[in-house]
Amino acid sequence: MPKLSLLTVEQLCFERDDRHAFEPIDFAVDRGEIMQVEGPNGSGKTTLLRLLTTALQPSSGTIIYAGQPIALCRYEYLSDILYLGHQSAVKMNLTAAENLRWMATDGIDSARDALSAVELSGYDDVPCYNLSAGQQRRVALARLFMTNAKLWFLDEPFTAIDKQGVSLLENCLREHVKRGGAVVLSTHQDLAIDGLRKTSCVPHADQGAL
Amino acid sequence: MASGFSAYLRRDLLLAYRRRGEAASPLIFFIMVSTLIPLGITPESARLAEIAPGIIWVMALLATLLSIDGIFANDYQDGSLEQLLISPHLLAMPILGKTAAHWMVTGLPLTLASPLLGMMLSLPAQGYVPIVASLALGTGCLSLIGSVGAALTVSLRKGGLLLSLLVMPLYMPVIIFGSATVQSAIDGFAWSGPLAILGAMLAASIALCPLAAAGALRLTSVN
Repeated sequence: MPKLSLLTVEQLCFERDDRHAFEPIDFAVDRGEIMQVEGPNGSGKTTLLRLLTTALQPSSGTIIYAGQPIALCRYEYLSDILYLGHQSAVKMNLTAAENLRWMATDGIDSARDALSAVELSGYDDVPCYNLSAGQQRRVALARLFMTNAKLWFLDEPFTAIDKQGVSLLENCLREHVKRGGAVVLSTHQDLAIDGLRKTSCVPHADQGAL
Repeated sequence: MASGFSAYLRRDLLLAYRRRGEAASPLIFFIMVSTLIPLGITPESARLAEIAPGIIWVMALLATLLSIDGIFANDYQDGSLEQLLISPHLLAMPILGKTAAHWMVTGLPLTLASPLLGMMLSLPAQGYVPIVASLALGTGCLSLIGSVGAALTVSLRKGGLLLSLLVMPLYMPVIIFGSATVQSAIDGFAWSGPLAILGAMLAASIALCPLAAAGALRLTSVN
């Protein structure tokens, strides 16, 4: 019997206005693994991650979570994933702590802990429009320190993050996979993580042809 | 399930509080236009009294329409809406919470300000209670129906005009029965009939509109 992966993607395709986003893609991610999605700009990395989060519906292909197609275990799947997109879902008019508090829905203390984990302690009560782009990104990343989700989908998590922040995030990812989680992330950076697996988004052959 | 409702209600109220100027603009529009009517038409109280219920209702409708597209647009732009869509919980509850927050920020202040406008427009004394009661129920309908239109047009860059065209026909019954409530009271008839119909519309909207808006959001977001 083949080993059951945490997440398996089979022949996943996405089509919009008769244009394919990328060549059909297959990969599997297991507990304790980090999968880096590579590909040039416009090759469909964000589309792929959004397909995985069910924010988009694939035109063909299946996503299998722990042995079941996600259509059959939607609630369990969505409870187990965390998605961090390009748009960070940080409300500019709320303070850093308020942003995290309502995202986490379990008390302000964990929000303050998460903020100190991303080196933003002392900024708890500063409205996010007064933070720099990198600091705003860190507010979004603080969610990683307060979630129980097993499967993380991170779309360009290193945007606007300084070197220190990158190593902080790498540590966070290492800790997460050590606890048995899995990560699928898209980035152009070279990550200093052992056992990093890679998959590529290949632009579809007749992309551009209408 | 209920936590989704209250969490989003509190969050949207907090956001509105942080953007007080923007949140107050429908109310200011409502008061300003209604103040201009006596100057533009006639200060004669007999003629003003005739048109007062209609004017107040039309202004309440336009003020709601002015602000309804913001109910999902900000969340769409900063990615919070996407996070909401991929949450495992029922989508209708957070939407109902957001709509309730919208009503508390626009419909409720309009309702509370309506006696003041009634005075400016020489609304007869027996019209005051009906105008407050009908606006309280009616603006709730307006927010709920508007949320469906806002959900349908959220991914369009300039959806404002389309949104107005979509929801305007659905607003017609609300405004008809709303001003009929006040008119009946002024003419000395029983006004509980049209008010009851408004109440029924509100009940139906509470039950159906969040579901419709949830469906619309899923529909527009997958493309």
